[in-house]
Amino acid sequence: MAVIIHTKGDLTLFTIKNYVVVKDLEEAYVLNQKRSNVVLGGIAWLKMGERNIQNAIDLSGLGLDKIEETEEGFEIGSMVTLRELETNTALNSYFNGVIAKSTEHIVGVQFRNCATVGGSIFSRFGFSDILTCLLALDAYVELYKGGVIPLREFADMPKDNDILVKVIIKKDRREVSYLTHRRTATDIPVIACTVARVNHKWQVVLGARPSKAKLLLDKEQMLSNNPTEEEINKFIEYIKENIQFGSNMRASAEFRKHLAGVLCKRGIKEITERKGL
Amino acid sequence: MIMEISLWLNNVFIKDNIAPDTLLLDYVRSKGCYSVKRGCETSNCGLCTVILEGKPVLSCSTLAVRANGKHVITMEGLQEEAAEVGGFLADQGSEQCGFCSPGFIMNVISMSKELKDPTLEEVKGYLAGNLCRCTGYQSQLRAVLNYLNAKKEAK
Repeated sequence: MAVIIHTKGDLTLFTIKNYVVVKDLEEAYVLNQKRSNVVLGGIAWLKMGERNIQNAIDLSGLGLDKIEETEEGFEIGSMVTLRELETNTALNSYFNGVIAKSTEHIVGVQFRNCATVGGSIFSRFGFSDILTCLLALDAYVELYKGGVIPLREFADMPKDNDILVKVIIKKDRREVSYLTHRRTATDIPVIACTVARVNHKWQVVLGARPSKAKLLLDKEQMLSNNPTEEEINKFIEYIKENIQFGSNMRASAEFRKHLAGVLCKRGIKEITERKGL
Repeated sequence: MIMEISLWLNNVFIKDNIAPDTLLLDYVRSKGCYSVKRGCETSNCGLCTVILEGKPVLSCSTLAVRANGKHVITMEGLQEEAAEVGGFLADQGSEQCGFCSPGFIMNVISMSKELKDPTLEEVKGYLAGNLCRCTGYQSQLRAVLNYLNAKKEAK
């Protein structure tokens, strides 16, 4: 009997020579040391490139597709989809539901059922809603060789060949707000902004600048617990002076800088005006 | 490298040999499931929506090898339900060119199974990943709400 081999369509640019469903993290790590090998997430972004992949590394057999709640926090496997992040009731009962809010505009439900947390966080995409959101939380990544490190540290590290195993989010009582501006509802953001208040101190993360999300702490305590308009305006000027914005096809640096101020102010007000606070 | 996969496509068990970079979109079309359309190829339009293990996914962004051991449903496997949704679309004149209809219908069916009594905002949110360049979405939205109401009343 003749064997029919199905191949990819002509429009697909990336190629995969071998596909390896790894048995353990060590196998994934060893394979991932070669530059021509790639760990697969949801492939939504990867498939638009032109990479010739020698070994595609599939982690889907390692049970990393679960969100587990512990006493201290949540452990999110790197193969958890963005849709699972969005719909997990326990996770979204914390942090004012901002994790769901940060995912709901990412293309569509079908896309979010494909894209993974690991793909989004490990790649540290500039436009990443998830990275912008999680940087404002007490979040960590667990790397196979690198161990557990704060997400804030990981975000600034150069990309290496380690394996992202899980994202860990510690539970606390911080108040969080997540806002974006998009040209259309499901486009990547022109600017993304997470504001958080923890122990009476404020912090802001600005993503899609268009470069990688950047955290700014209100170290000098320009903002009081319930800041006045004057305090907010002063803080916004501080943000504009200390965070760099760039231009691309979606918006100019100047527009992004302006929007950053607007979203930051709205985020602060959203938190301070919440009922019961 | 050639990989052997086995899956259920519209509840028919298949064993096959594929190249590892075969997209699910190309694979199901090679099996005659022409309702699954290649649209934007940038994971944006929802035309290639299929249901993988009960969840709607973009078949243009899913490797066929990831369907190994799983159930894949295309509109060819949901003809009765698809015809019902299609009737509501036709009633509102919202099928128009029809190119986006299969992906849209697949996502409407997924939504009706996943969300119980969704609000208007939830419906809009769930269907936001299905782009249409004809209707302006209002007629589609009316059709979907009518479909959901009809299902509710039928219970």
